[in-house]
Amino acid sequence: MEKTLNNKAWFLVLPVLILVAFSAVVPLMTVVNYSVQDTFGNNVFYWVGLEWFADMLQSDRMWNALGRQALFSAIILAIEVPLGIFVALNMPKKGFWSSFVLVTMALPLLIPFNVVGTIWQIFGRVDIGLLGYVLAKLGVDYNYTADAFDAWATLIVMDVWHWTSLVALLAFAGLQSIPEAYYQAAKIDQASRWAVFRYIELPKMQGVLLIAILLRFMDSFMIYTEPFVLTGGGPGNATTFLSIDLVKMAIGQFDLGPAAAFSLMYFLVILLISWVFYTVMITVEKAEGK
Amino acid sequence: MRLKGQPFVMAAYLIFLMLPIYWLLNMSLKTNTEITSTFSMWPVNLTFENYATILTDPSWYMGYVNSLIYVVLNTAISLGVALPAAYAFSRYRFMGDKHLFFWLLTNRMAPPAVFALPFFQLYSSVGLFDTHLAVALAHCLFNVPLAVWILEGFMRGVPKEIDETAYIDGYSFGAFFMKIFLPLIASGVGVAAFFCFMFSWVELLLSRTLTSVDAKPIAATMTRTVSASGMDWGVLAAAGVLTIIPGALVIYFVRNYIAKGFALGRV
Repeated sequence: MEKTLNNKAWFLVLPVLILVAFSAVVPLMTVVNYSVQDTFGNNVFYWVGLEWFADMLQSDRMWNALGRQALFSAIILAIEVPLGIFVALNMPKKGFWSSFVLVTMALPLLIPFNVVGTIWQIFGRVDIGLLGYVLAKLGVDYNYTADAFDAWATLIVMDVWHWTSLVALLAFAGLQSIPEAYYQAAKIDQASRWAVFRYIELPKMQGVLLIAILLRFMDSFMIYTEPFVLTGGGPGNATTFLSIDLVKMAIGQFDLGPAAAFSLMYFLVILLISWVFYTVMITVEKAEGK
Repeated sequence: MRLKGQPFVMAAYLIFLMLPIYWLLNMSLKTNTEITSTFSMWPVNLTFENYATILTDPSWYMGYVNSLIYVVLNTAISLGVALPAAYAFSRYRFMGDKHLFFWLLTNRMAPPAVFALPFFQLYSSVGLFDTHLAVALAHCLFNVPLAVWILEGFMRGVPKEIDETAYIDGYSFGAFFMKIFLPLIASGVGVAAFFCFMFSWVELLLSRTLTSVDAKPIAATMTRTVSASGMDWGVLAAAGVLTIIPGALVIYFVRNYIAKGFALGRV
């Protein structure tokens, strides 16, 4: 749509600006403030410059957490995106079953994060949980609280359970927007199932899939509550992702300076990657002429 | 040519989704002795004792009330400020509009863990700590950008000629917005409200950090089932089941728009 130039539109945006300034800019400035100062208590602060940043960049702790986080997000995306597309292709297109499937699939998305953790905490327990019990009966030595691999596997299955529906719902919406005529044309050309997917369905889903990947990346990169409830970051540090480590540092140990420097770098990484996604998304949108 | 979905693939996926939830429901209907002593696929001695515990104890059920209060507050605030802004973004070009739009989105990307401590200090210093308003405002951090995005997507779909015709007919901006424009994007407003509700409802880190007693959300209350005498599994499961119900209720009303909402109105 052709938009008119009107700088008075700023007044319409003003309420949002004031609100977000209060709820985002002010707190962020506090973080910046802490990241360049040190204290001996009693609210006496003195300037340390970029010392905390240098400290954090040299600490194994942050790099290890970042490594675990990147691995986790990569695995999540690698499983959820293809699986989501696959599920979307198999969803009923209309009628009662379509509504039924939509509502059922969306259900995990609306469960509070800590309850998601609780559900899997119970489900995976060998003594009272179905999953743990069945695995134990099958002779698998499974214990997510003591074994790092089991903890990771449980977390990944939990996240797939929690969020794959989001990718599937988005992909489904993309599929629904494909006119029937495209499929008929493909039929006349005797296109194979794969060709239909590759040249009709996938291009049409491109826009929504980018949004799905962006959302999944952002949210998996900030994951806190679910692993906190399920494993508490353990065993050892095996599932201590960035947010968990940050909260431990800031609220648990009250190391404000390092935590603030950590926060800013953490935010920056997310921002950078998301900006790349966003730019690609806008380019795709423009190319589609929306 | 459009291949029909494979019902068994769908069925397998839905079973995978439902099993853990069923297990929670199953446990919520058992007594603690039954949970720890025997293993069964369904409750042998059906009991509603766990639910009774929650629904008769104010320190339990007030958690739900608190959560609902700040969620509704947050939804109202988010939509109130997002509606005019989304209109501006969808209709006009103005200085810095693209940068502003991306900057709003960056707030959706901000990890709540980064903001937990500064929020705690900010709201304590202005005397809002442990109020519903504090949590509602804190959740605006990610809900306002989301609402702006979703509404902007929906508003784009309304032809601009409608605005122009209304002005020619002598409507003021306010009258046009309330009487003509809002009804046209009613479904968009519904979806945006749903998403604000949802993300505020599921969030724990900020709501737990900003409250202690008076505005304590149910999600934080649930952690107290861990006591010296061991876990109270039955009550924990019942509390979990009760947190799923509000979501399940509202989702029915927006089922056809869920995907459009998640795509930020861009399908």
